[in-house]
Amino acid sequence: MSRFTRLNGAALALGFAFLYLPIVILIVFSFNESRLVTVWGGFSTKWYVELWRNAQLIDAAKVSLMVGLTTATIATVLGTLAAVALVRTKRLPARSLFTAMTYAPLVMPEVITGLSMLLLFVAIGVDRGFWTITIAHTTFALCFVAVVVQSRLSAFDLSIEEAAQDLGAPPWKAFCLVTLPAIAPAVAAGWLLAFTLSLDDLVIASFTSGPGSTTLPMRIFSSVRLGVSPDINAVCTILIGCVAVGVMTATLVTHRRR
Amino acid sequence: MSVEMEEPAGAPEGGRGFVPWLKSIAVALPPYLWLVVFFLVPFLIVLRMSFSEAVIAMPPYAPTFDLSEGVSGLWARVQEFTTFNYTFLAEDSLYWRAYLSSLRIAAISTVIALLIGFPIAHAMARAPRRWRPLLLALVIMPFWTSFLIRVYAWIGILKRDGLLNGILQWTGVISEPLTIMNTDLAVFIGIVYAYLPFMILPLYASLERQDPALLEAAADLGSPPWLAFWQVTVRLSLPGIVAGCLLVFIPAVGEFVIPSLLGGSDTLMIGQTLWDEFFSNRDWPLASAVAVILVLVLVVPITLFQRAQARQAD
Repeated sequence: MSRFTRLNGAALALGFAFLYLPIVILIVFSFNESRLVTVWGGFSTKWYVELWRNAQLIDAAKVSLMVGLTTATIATVLGTLAAVALVRTKRLPARSLFTAMTYAPLVMPEVITGLSMLLLFVAIGVDRGFWTITIAHTTFALCFVAVVVQSRLSAFDLSIEEAAQDLGAPPWKAFCLVTLPAIAPAVAAGWLLAFTLSLDDLVIASFTSGPGSTTLPMRIFSSVRLGVSPDINAVCTILIGCVAVGVMTATLVTHRRR
Repeated sequence: MSVEMEEPAGAPEGGRGFVPWLKSIAVALPPYLWLVVFFLVPFLIVLRMSFSEAVIAMPPYAPTFDLSEGVSGLWARVQEFTTFNYTFLAEDSLYWRAYLSSLRIAAISTVIALLIGFPIAHAMARAPRRWRPLLLALVIMPFWTSFLIRVYAWIGILKRDGLLNGILQWTGVISEPLTIMNTDLAVFIGIVYAYLPFMILPLYASLERQDPALLEAAADLGSPPWLAFWQVTVRLSLPGIVAGCLLVFIPAVGEFVIPSLLGGSDTLMIGQTLWDEFFSNRDWPLASAVAVILVLVLVVPITLFQRAQARQAD
């Protein structure tokens, strides 16, 4: 009755074709000699060579990378703390406010997050640049980390940590030596997620960036508005390649640990 | 499973006494403070700004709170609050149409995503057990790929001299190129494509849990397969359908990137309106009022979503 039918097979094939074909096409055309999308002018890597001469793009990539690394690190620390507080601290003052603030940024439209961040920075008179983007990214990224870590933490058996404490370990040491290694895959996944979210964000960065701190998505967006060009395809291909390698490495590492 | 665990007896954190309580508060404090300063306060500023009037200056708004004037000064400022922005929004049909059009585009895209996502999730749930982790990874993978890149990829396909028109003309299906790019149709395609994984994952989660014996029981009782599918499979996956639809609908309403890259000049979406109000017209108070109303519009679906999640957790 619940066999895998031919219809199911067709649904999977069509579904994955829909999900992956546009990306495959984009990658293929980044190696196109011709500038036109519909004309295949032969295999060429000239667009990749041209990227190296595009100083603006390389600068933007550097900004994005720095923002992403800083964001991911701060957001992972804060998000893990938030997850610990959510799962374990029952007598938190204004607990429901804390819970709401942890989940709200996940569903808040980016334009609103961006606008509100900018108004804060203007109100306190901070120059916009690297740190304002990083702070804005950290704020929404920490919520994603909190959700990822929380699900793992609430499945963790607390009695193991208590056993460590009964054997004389101070609470922080028991946490670091017993609980942290157990939730490490979730923390690592949270870091990776925060990094990707930051690297990917266009809207919030556009609101909170200042002169000299243009991120890669902002640079891509402004040239995409002028139309499709193979060198943007090349940038995208490099980014997709990095993500694919990163995700595969992460999967292999977690599998080996098991 | 619920994340709200019962506190086990003798738990180290939040347990007995003042000192352990203080220690557990110290854990919560950094993220708590961070969220208050960088999420709650900014939103209150937006709320406050939406009651101000725009002036031509930098920054382009007035008045703001000036704490040096003390409480009486504060009260004087409160009296200067104006509902001008809101009456303007109510009277100018552009904004009404933008809100309604966002809701319409998001709703249509959600329905299309459900119609495409359900067969995929259904097939995944029926696939042999050893395939499932791979299939799941294949659905999640696009989520790790840049949103901007995935939307950009469609421009080359949909535009007038793009790949789709090229193939259709080459095969002789059409003689004149189709205009898809810069229409609402392109926006639908973009939203469905970008948010499809959000639809598939909750659907798969609820379909995978279903006991195949239920369908056999329905068949034994004389139900034709289509009726059993409708009354058993679809009915039982209703929580997944609700979750998936809201996960697509909520972000789609405030979407900016997709309508601005794929949409046309007559595609009206509120995220874009806010952006233009802010960056092009430099009317920050009006942009803030647009934002406040957008939050109010989204409160209903978000509450529905949280309730559905809570019900599933029980």
